Amino acid sequence: MIKFENVTKNYDTNVGLEDVSINIDKGNFVFLVGPSGAGKSTFIRLILKELEPDKGNICINGMQVNTLPNRLIPQLRRSIGIVFQDFRLLPNKTVFENVAFAMEITHQSARNIRRQVPQVLSLVGISNKANMYPNQLAGGEQQRVAIARALVNNPTVLIADEPTGNLDPDNSWEIMRLLEQINIRGTTVLMVTHAKDIVDKMNKRVIAIENGRIVRDEYGDYGYKEEDARLHTGDYIGGGYRKYVK
Amino acid sequence: MLNSLKYTIKEAFMQVFRNAAMSIASIFSITAMLLILGIFFTITVNISLAIENVKDDFDTVSIHLLDETTYESASTMILQLEGMSEVEDVHYLDKDVALEQWTNDKFADNADIFDGLAKNPLPNSIEITVTELESAEKVAEVAKTFDGIEKINYYKESVDKLLKITESLRTGMMITMGFLVLISILVVSNTIKLTVFARHKEIEIMKYVGATNWFIRGPFLTEGIIIGIISALLSSGIVTLIYSRVVKAFSMDVSWLLDTGPVPVGFMTFNLAWIFLALGISIGACGSIVSMRRFLDT
Ligand SMILES: Nc1ncnc2c1ncn2[C@@H]1O[C@H](COP(=O)(O)OP(=O)(O)O)[C@@H](O)[C@H]1O
Ligand SMILES: [Mg+2]
Repeated sequence: MIKFENVTKNYDTNVGLEDVSINIDKGNFVFLVGPSGAGKSTFIRLILKELEPDKGNICINGMQVNTLPNRLIPQLRRSIGIVFQDFRLLPNKTVFENVAFAMEITHQSARNIRRQVPQVLSLVGISNKANMYPNQLAGGEQQRVAIARALVNNPTVLIADEPTGNLDPDNSWEIMRLLEQINIRGTTVLMVTHAKDIVDKMNKRVIAIENGRIVRDEYGDYGYKEEDARLHTGDYIGGGYRKYVK
Repeated sequence: MLNSLKYTIKEAFMQVFRNAAMSIASIFSITAMLLILGIFFTITVNISLAIENVKDDFDTVSIHLLDETTYESASTMILQLEGMSEVEDVHYLDKDVALEQWTNDKFADNADIFDGLAKNPLPNSIEITVTELESAEKVAEVAKTFDGIEKINYYKESVDKLLKITESLRTGMMITMGFLVLISILVVSNTIKLTVFARHKEIEIMKYVGATNWFIRGPFLTEGIIIGIISALLSSGIVTLIYSRVVKAFSMDVSWLLDTGPVPVGFMTFNLAWIFLALGISIGACGSIVSMRRFLDT
């Protein structure tokens, strides 16, 4: 469950989010859309407590995030799985090790890891590549590994920041089917995207942000024209440090 | 907990090897630092020991009596001195006995040079052995109040001078050590900074997946400690080698200078190894903590 109450976050002079209230219930599938610089990444970083809000309340999976002590941040993040546009796999670890890594971090036993990792690899349909390295995989396969890593600790929420941004349409759709399947199993999915066709066809709840404000929140289509959608790409991710060119 | 420990140690060793060039550079500089420290240490300990031995030879106070002081009044003095807790032994030394001893000791070959003396130049004296050198002064103070005394001799001042020399040697060692420790911490922290930087992607992912800060720090801390331990072992080995050679050379050439000889190799190197290990580990740990402060503050 993700709940924002009148949340404001500014960066010096830039508006990040302005008086945003959102309620995403358990099991929801939500697209977060909007032009570049609208505040989508800010929204995600507030959920992860990478940023502190200037005003308002944030409640994630029953944890009051804005007052959560720093030592409980790991606990918060373990209840959230996260997937990025650029996959962020470790190049010197195999597929299996990349996923196992997320479990090692949470102090799990080798026995647990040996049991759990193959299960989640088979869920994302990449069991046969368990011993390969990321650079031996296609983009779509790498994203599956990233999703497996995000899921292996059984988070209640899966956040995907433009997960199909680096993928061709076929692979994008495969990832979407996977996310939908994960959602059906009960995981809340929050996906940031500029892919108009995907949002249109999926027909899920769509939240649109512009200039830090929610301008639309309803079930249905992407809501922007194709030309606008193109302007939305070339986004900054991860706090605006890196630019991704398609 | 055990799983994390295994993970931490495994990762730390991998880091040390992956970053071999820098690890070796850090090991070299810490080892060099520990060796300099070791040289200082062995010298200081040996000199201190020598001085302790010398102190034993100088824990006497000698009261020279005037010629007119009778044996009876000397006896009352001796009685009073014997009552003091600082005094271990007191005895009266007749000037004729003293002369005889003196001539026998120092001028055994040509004792006849004193034959021509009409009068014994030495005084009668009371010879006191004090329990420890530091009490000599107190005993002398009491003796000053006696009548019929010519002068009081004791060696406190010369021993004090020696003590001052060791004291400044020790201070010098401390300052040099502090300086070297600081440099070593900087070198280690630079090495670890490189690993942290090389792994910043991994660290970022770890944070997203919910690793605790200590879990992230663990391998880096351990990396520093491993570097420290390797340096300590290396320098212990080298110091043992060098010190045993020096001790051997000493016992052949110059052992007659000291009554007791240098501190035994086993004792010295055993203690030094522990000091090296403690220092190496602290330097390694401090180095990694310093390097991680800026990188892992969230
Ligand atoms: N670290 C930052 N420092 C200053 N301004 C920032 C920072 N991160 C984001 N912003 C600004 O906040 C606004 C929202 O950014 P962001 O949340 O990244 O948008 P989106 O992800 O929707 O493209 C933009 O105007 C951006 O320039
Ligand atoms: Mg963004």
